[in-house]
Amino acid sequence: MTVNAPPPLIEVEKLEAWYGRRRVLHGIDFSVGAGEIRVIMGGSGSGKSTLLRHLLGLQRPASGSVRLFGIDLGKASARELLDVRKRIGVSFQGGALLTSMTVGDNVALPLRELTTLDESTIRIMSRIKLEVVNLGGFQDLMPSQLSGGMVKRAALARAIVMDPRLLFFDEPSAGLDPVVSAELDELILRLRDALRMTIVVVTHELESAFKIADTITVLDQGEVLLTGSVADVRASGIERIQDLLNRRPREVLVDADAYLRRLTEEEA
Amino acid sequence: MSAPARPFAAIGRSTLDAFAGVGHAAVLLFDSLYYAAAGWRVGQPVRLAAIARQMREIGVDALPIVTLLGFTVGLMLGIQFVASLSEFGAQSQVVVAVAKSVTREFGALITAILVAGRSGSALAARIGSMSVSQEVDALAVIGIAPVRFLVAPALIAMLVMLPALTVFADAVAILGAALYSAPALDVTPAAYLLQSMSLLDPGDVWQGVSKSVVFALLITLIGVSTGFSVSGGAEGVGRATTRAVVLSICWIIVVDMVFSYFLNR
Repeated sequence: MTVNAPPPLIEVEKLEAWYGRRRVLHGIDFSVGAGEIRVIMGGSGSGKSTLLRHLLGLQRPASGSVRLFGIDLGKASARELLDVRKRIGVSFQGGALLTSMTVGDNVALPLRELTTLDESTIRIMSRIKLEVVNLGGFQDLMPSQLSGGMVKRAALARAIVMDPRLLFFDEPSAGLDPVVSAELDELILRLRDALRMTIVVVTHELESAFKIADTITVLDQGEVLLTGSVADVRASGIERIQDLLNRRPREVLVDADAYLRRLTEEEA
Repeated sequence: MSAPARPFAAIGRSTLDAFAGVGHAAVLLFDSLYYAAAGWRVGQPVRLAAIARQMREIGVDALPIVTLLGFTVGLMLGIQFVASLSEFGAQSQVVVAVAKSVTREFGALITAILVAGRSGSALAARIGSMSVSQEVDALAVIGIAPVRFLVAPALIAMLVMLPALTVFADAVAILGAALYSAPALDVTPAAYLLQSMSLLDPGDVWQGVSKSVVFALLITLIGVSTGFSVSGGAEGVGRATTRAVVLSICWIIVVDMVFSYFLNR
């Protein structure tokens, strides 16, 4: 007897992306199931950020597809894209809070713009989310008055204010001290357990990745090297993964002539 | 690429960039008009509060500097016309010369240049810094169309406030001219103003106002499209702001010349 498994929330098939003549994603395939914490890990230039922009529908695939909740983002109408976006939350690397608004107004923004709730309900809901991220009472401050860790938590409050099913984090630990970073990891785990969200974290921080991940997808030079559990990644015999885990610098041979030729061609 | 071909390649690239810029501005204009007219049907309404805030920033906050510049330009025109027309014994024509040149030309032009420097640059800087800090991306993934949230309110506010400021500048400039010219013409300022009113016809004022509508489109679209195309951090924002002001002023002057040619044939 077969049991019908719930369909994956994210399905990426043969995804390719190009910047000019440079291919940055080489036919990426993976899927993320409901309730999972998936970490997408890789070094600088591995294609993590480009992949995230495709997952968020900020870039259309050159070829291949990205499906969220079964909707192909590359072919979705504006209405379908809006429906998808109401069901996702994103915490950007730098927070991306609107600097002209208070923290409270930032958190309330999705509710004000996308719902017909009355103002008092919106205020209560946004304060509850600020409490969830331990920022209760900070609603009247401006983003410039917050520390780096507080900005990330405020951005997280905004990301979860619509109770999304799917939550994305872009480098959540970047620029934070180890203690604040560990607090944020705990918060991510708590969100998954308490609110049953599916979470995708894009990061290059190994410690954080191993702490929170159910599954890790390792990217390198625009290719998926491995998708597996933390144990699978640790035990992997793939040299490039071991280089990443052991922080071994890769020998980089630069052909100066080829580089200059490419620059000249790109200029032309 | 061979050295002789490089200037042609540069010209080609610049031409393509210019077309791309015009195309981008056109898309922003149509998207803004779409959200203003039908945004509420797709869950993207343009908020009246956002328009009112922009109207205050573009229009009300600019009143002191528009008053100062309008008055000064009127005074200057009074001085020039009294001096130059006296040479031909035509002082009686000062009133009509000032009134028509202010309403047809200088009111709209000076106000547009001022607003380009003040609000066009502010739009480019605001959207540019939001692009750099991923705030525009954040709006998009929240489900708020950036054009509806950032561009449409500014465009509507500019289309209302720039013509209004232009009419205000016309009035202040004629008042400035009256204060200098009336004693020189041996009439009272009140009589000067009454005569200006009687000599002007609605077409004169309309000419300036119709120009200001086009200037409002130019200032907003150049400001926002420059802002959205920012790259390179704070330095990029600074460059975009300067570029927005320079481009706006150049286009305002060129379009003004074209308008003047066709409206006064």
